[in-house]
Amino acid sequence: MNARALWWVAVSGALFGFGLALSTMVRPEVVLDFLMWRDMGLLLVLGGAVAVTFVAYQLLPRVMAKPLAGDSFGKHPSEMSARTLAGAAIFGIGWGLSGVCPGPAIAGLGVGNWPLLISLAGLAAGALVQGLYFAPKAP
Amino acid sequence: METLFPNGWFEYLAGGVIMGAGMSLLFVSTGLIGGMSTVFTSVWSYFSRAPFFQEGRFVSSRQWRLVYAAALVAGAFIWMACWGEPFVTGVPAWRLLAGGFIAGFGARLSNGCTAGHGICGMASLQPASILSVLVFLATAMITARIVAALA
Repeated sequence: MNARALWWVAVSGALFGFGLALSTMVRPEVVLDFLMWRDMGLLLVLGGAVAVTFVAYQLLPRVMAKPLAGDSFGKHPSEMSARTLAGAAIFGIGWGLSGVCPGPAIAGLGVGNWPLLISLAGLAAGALVQGLYFAPKAP
Repeated sequence: METLFPNGWFEYLAGGVIMGAGMSLLFVSTGLIGGMSTVFTSVWSYFSRAPFFQEGRFVSSRQWRLVYAAALVAGAFIWMACWGEPFVTGVPAWRLLAGGFIAGFGARLSNGCTAGHGICGMASLQPASILSVLVFLATAMITARIVAALA
């Protein structure tokens, strides 16, 4: 990927991280309060993010031939399968246990939430075990 | 409103909209889909020779995914430096570690997390992502209640 595209990635990521911090999702306590139905604010976070992204994903490929600094518009690869749904169920158990998911685990470091390094170690180890022992057969 | 949102609603909605703006900017500029959990698999491609980690989709995306992750930290830092204050969680270390491991394994098995399925997959109206979100919301709510009851 060329340097110009990487700068776009950096600016986009910074916006995403800023939003995660502003939304308070970088605090596992807020996530756990949502999961316990004490504060439904995370529905607004998800709804706001999905609404804006929905417009971009639906509209842009129709009005632009290709991205400003890329070759083509991608798509999230989502396959309806037992693997996808079992993985989602397992992911939820981990999220409910810790209140931490991948985005906030990374962004949280920016607000000084250093115990999230422990979460990052766990996330990396989980990804390693999945890739080594539970990888899908190559197509 | 008071019972649903005891801590107000503005920061939640504004934060979500800005997250969506980041996803949209990534898409309009590069065409990339900004899920987060894949970074954990693609980083292993630097260290592991296992065939799965050496697949093209991880090797070819590891560079921008690392830049994206570093930018997430920078963006959150900018928020803290200008408007917010530092925050350190009080969730016990064993829950962070075990929860991280389980969530990391599950997200990679499912090929998506709260960002990949929750934002990108739902925004592209993918049935598997929408169903995955309902599934992980359910198991997360059940788990959080069980853990709180046992604590």
